[in-house]
Amino acid sequence: MNAIRIEALTKRYNVGFWRPRPYLALDGLTLQVAAGEVFGFLGPNGSGKTTTLKLLMQLIFPTSGSAEILGRPAGDAAVKRRIGYLPEHPYFYDYLTAEELLAYFAGLFGYAAAERRRRASALLDEVGIGAERRFPLRKFSKGMLQRVGIAQALINDPDVVFFDEPMSGLDPLGRREIRNLILRLRDRGCTVFFSSHVLSDAEALCSRVAILAGGRLIAGGPLSELLAFQVRGWELLMSGLDAAVLERFRSGPAITGATPLGGGRFALELPLGIPPERTLAELVAEGAQLVSLTPIRDTLEDVFVERVAAAARSRRLEHPQP
Amino acid sequence: MRAVRHIAVNVFRESVRDKVLYSLVLFAVLLIATSYLLGQLTAGQDIKIIKDLGLASISVFGLLIAVFIGIGLVWKEVERRSIYSLLAKPISRAEFVLGKYAGLVLTLLVNIGVMTIAFYAVLVYLGWREIPEVREAWPAPAADPAMLGAIGLIAIELMLVTAIALFFSTFSSPFLSAVLTLGLWVVGHFNADLRDFEAVVESRPAVWLARTLYYVLPNFSAFDIKAQVVHAQPVGVGYLAQTAIYGLVYIALVLVGAAVVFSRRDFK
Repeated sequence: MNAIRIEALTKRYNVGFWRPRPYLALDGLTLQVAAGEVFGFLGPNGSGKTTTLKLLMQLIFPTSGSAEILGRPAGDAAVKRRIGYLPEHPYFYDYLTAEELLAYFAGLFGYAAAERRRRASALLDEVGIGAERRFPLRKFSKGMLQRVGIAQALINDPDVVFFDEPMSGLDPLGRREIRNLILRLRDRGCTVFFSSHVLSDAEALCSRVAILAGGRLIAGGPLSELLAFQVRGWELLMSGLDAAVLERFRSGPAITGATPLGGGRFALELPLGIPPERTLAELVAEGAQLVSLTPIRDTLEDVFVERVAAAARSRRLEHPQP
Repeated sequence: MRAVRHIAVNVFRESVRDKVLYSLVLFAVLLIATSYLLGQLTAGQDIKIIKDLGLASISVFGLLIAVFIGIGLVWKEVERRSIYSLLAKPISRAEFVLGKYAGLVLTLLVNIGVMTIAFYAVLVYLGWREIPEVREAWPAPAADPAMLGAIGLIAIELMLVTAIALFFSTFSSPFLSAVLTLGLWVVGHFNADLRDFEAVVESRPAVWLARTLYYVLPNFSAFDIKAQVVHAQPVGVGYLAQTAIYGLVYIALVLVGAAVVFSRRDFK
């Protein structure tokens, strides 16, 4: 069953006051997100990600097309009871404390006072807001506001959550915590739809992704299909490698590239045709020590850069500059 | 209605934490200082001036709150994007508008209520301080209950001003909203002149336009019975009820307009 179904969704704005010109923010987006999956919505700045999320939240209205969440039109009151939303760069009432904000939002779902407090407290624990929960939000850093934003999106224990750049403003520890939170949501059966610039997060979390550029969907599908997971070679990290030994190996076919990393370590690139175990054994015999051996695969970043660049080239061909 | 109540309480909490109610302290200081200074004037005149000043202060303080908070109510939510999280919750845009309005009206009514109590306290004190011969000469008692009628109409007038400020804030900037709201408030106080425009102008289109404006624009002068009350002239209950109903119907229409405009708005 689809948790989200978007059909030819289009949003056109008129830009300019005296001579308004149409600007296509989203161009016929069609996609489905299955219930219970973590879906990554990727794209460069201005590609239409936030526009899509705002359309799904009915903060803006489509020029054409339709969107359904949990089988009902987006914006439907019954749908709103079952979803959560974290806007990009969230901002809340700075005169409220984090506890009060969450209790206020919980009240809008009809929870009784004791339940509001319980939910607020549990969620603030979950996103790592401690004693600061009793401070006014005006004193919160960007990262803390982001955590509060994530907590408020979960106040109703939603079936589907929409996160717009959930890692924005978070430090590495915070990003790891939110990644774990998203995985816990998935394990509970919650559908997670999130937009991100951080491709490593999408790669770590998502079962499927969609890549948007210039308001159009340019790639989408399971990560396994997009990345193909084919090994292109090996990266071997070695320490204690003698320069003369390295030079000798580089002149042969076993090592195709070497990058010094400092501290006497080298990152060596090995071709696919020669078994890495053999080269490794020869280097160890020469006195070098193994640090790590990893396969080189296409990353989501490679796919992203390649597809976005291709889309930009195609747009230039469609609309050549004079 | 639950959502409206929650939003309203939050607006009231914002007003309290933004120290809007501090205006009450200013009102009390102004009233007490003026009473003291006017105590030096000719006996019998000071009570009228205090009544005039008290009613005018309630009106002006309320107007400042209604306009300058009303114009930012919706705008601030949109500008700071706090509305994004809020509208994703199970509330309609109409409920949002009504909740914001109800919250500011609650703030206004608390302000007016406290100002009224302070005002009556000063009047009771002045009446108690005065010698019986002077009190006998007053056209009405110091703490004249008829003033509650005037204060009631001031409250409805301010509720209407709030609704108008909120209406403008659903689609325009605070500056423009303030200009338009205050503009309407001024024009509305001279509204009665539009009705009798034909007495001074012969052009039929001009008279027709003036008559249309008379019916469309809010007639704020109808809410102003301060002079009658201070001079102990009777104001009928029928007039009070009719004016109150006029105000409430107008408020309802403006709020419907605000909800319709806001419901169609894109938050880019």
